[in-house]
Amino acid sequence: MEIVLSLAIGVLTASGLWLLFRPRTFQVILGLALLSYAVNLFIIASGRLRLDAPPIIGKSAEVDPSAFADPLPQALVLTAIVISFATTALLLVVLLASRGLTGTDHVDGEDGEL
Amino acid sequence: MNAFMQHLIIIPILLPLIASAAMLALNERRRTLKRSISLATAALLVATATALLWSVSQSIDSGPMVYRLGNWPSPFGIVLVADRLSTIMLLLTSILGFTSLFYATARWDQSGPRFHSLFLLLLMGLNGAFLTGDIFNLFVFFEVLLAASYGLILHGSGTEKTSASLHYITINITASLLFLIGVALLYSVAGTLNMADLAVRLANTHSEDLAVLEAGAAILGAAFLVKAGIWPLCFWLPRTYAAAAPPVAAIFAIMTKVGIYIILRLSFLLFGKGAGGAAGFANDWLMYAGLATMAFGTIGLFSARQLSRVAGNYLLVSSGTLLASIGIGGEKLTSAMLFYMISSTLAVSALYLIIEPVQRNADEDDKIEGLLEPVFDDEYIGTAKYQEDEDEVGVVIPGTIAILGGGFIFCALLLAGLPPLSGFIAKFAIIDALFGNVVIAPPHWTMIGLLILSGLATMMVMTRAGIDLLWTPGEDSPAHLSIIEVTPIALLLSVCLGLMVAAGPVMLFMEATTNALYNPADYIRNAGPVPEPLPIEIRSAPPAESVAPIAINPNMIGTGASPL
Repeated sequence: MEIVLSLAIGVLTASGLWLLFRPRTFQVILGLALLSYAVNLFIIASGRLRLDAPPIIGKSAEVDPSAFADPLPQALVLTAIVISFATTALLLVVLLASRGLTGTDHVDGEDGEL
Repeated sequence: MNAFMQHLIIIPILLPLIASAAMLALNERRRTLKRSISLATAALLVATATALLWSVSQSIDSGPMVYRLGNWPSPFGIVLVADRLSTIMLLLTSILGFTSLFYATARWDQSGPRFHSLFLLLLMGLNGAFLTGDIFNLFVFFEVLLAASYGLILHGSGTEKTSASLHYITINITASLLFLIGVALLYSVAGTLNMADLAVRLANTHSEDLAVLEAGAAILGAAFLVKAGIWPLCFWLPRTYAAAAPPVAAIFAIMTKVGIYIILRLSFLLFGKGAGGAAGFANDWLMYAGLATMAFGTIGLFSARQLSRVAGNYLLVSSGTLLASIGIGGEKLTSAMLFYMISSTLAVSALYLIIEPVQRNADEDDKIEGLLEPVFDDEYIGTAKYQEDEDEVGVVIPGTIAILGGGFIFCALLLAGLPPLSGFIAKFAIIDALFGNVVIAPPHWTMIGLLILSGLATMMVMTRAGIDLLWTPGEDSPAHLSIIEVTPIALLLSVCLGLMVAAGPVMLFMEATTNALYNPADYIRNAGPVPEPLPIEIRSAPPAESVAPIAINPNMIGTGASPL
């Protein structure tokens, strides 16, 4: 479990960073999307990895907290997903506007040698 | 009265949110109504911030005011904290917000839709970031203010704005991801995101967790330093701010200070004297990076050929000064630095507002080329021929030029830190604090040198631009200058004048602020966890499901090694 998750985070981060440093705006956006997936997984991991443990407790008075997963990182991830989704959508619009105004999809708005 | 003051803390967040949401429902053509709503909101924000500042400075012993959202007990719910530092930032934000909005009503708000909604959302995000006592909540408010700022940068559209905002948005999304990584690392070590609770728990960090904690704090810090514009993470700043519309750039002057504020807050709370193994973390890094930023900004000032770039580079210089001061530390230096922060932010904001009318005044040719030409001799070739036509003996200075020139000189003096204005008092206090140390180390000398050099650079650049744009007589009669544009500039400059006249009391207030920063016990007691056992009435106040997080949280986080 740990090795699968850390591999997933590592591969996503590495590919995301590589794409982020590319000269084309579309690659940059994909890079940011991959990076945000990696970060979301990372936040989940910060609450310790648990299998088969629910994050929500019933109404019974006495419960053993160790039988439950930490709910806070899951709430944080939900917020982070929503925010990164919205900003990526906004960035896509800016990308299209920039493409329309400059006639190129280079991040600097002008084609250097590629 | 007391209950009213208690709820006053939430007003700077709720008021702009509600006003902005209401304006979304209004048709774009109802311009007057929108302007009056947003100006009234901004004026109310100034009043609220003043009231908060007054009540915080009155309650000397009871420490910061704390507002528990939904009345949840502290480490589980989100708290808003109003202490001296956050209320002075609130007041600064609301003053800049009011003046920039006022200026925008001259014509800038018409160059695109929903300017007022976006602007008020930006104010809400700023206020929230200054008030919140919870790191994840801080992230949310950061995103609110960033999302609004993306819209404002693009306001008015055009190639330059679009291409600058593409860089701006990309950099800020990346910084937000760093922010999240830092938050996750801190949470994995401490198991809480409440700032006061973090301060308590981090003080008892096991030494094997210290590396994770410091890595988390460093990554978190990098996210804020991008906003603060530290070298080498600052290359986006002058270009983006130069591309923005003047009133937008004027309010953006405070955005770099959000980063500074958070670094100030967290470094004293989490890595202050009582922080155990991690005390004084990264102070040297901040100092050297701050000095590098000052040097970079000074070089940028010399190379700037447009006034908007001058203002952007000056922002870098002031960020560098503030960060280096945080890094060097010492109570005297910190209070001087706070004074400098207020004064320089107001002055830069006024400069951003005055740039456009000053340049409008110049000839069309001058506006484009005049400032792009070299500094000496040949610079005046273009304008020399005007002087030949000159047959009047004494040129009557038109009223517009006089007002603009006066404001411009005022700005230049403030920015360069020449006596007698508040910029001078601030710089003098910083230098005095640096000389006050027992041992004046080489970095201190470097900082004093850079402070004086950057002042000189500012003065030279501003003089050059002033001669070009205001002194050189033009052919046409000066452009129209509306009273709506003059008033906010005059307001900002008169606040600076007030800072100069009342330098004594303001400095005393800053010293009290610094004292509270260095002794965060009050902050932790008021905003931190409620001591066990939980009072019964608090337990019964929230809805029934609320028992769950209370029961689950404390034991959830093992103290063992992180699985990461």
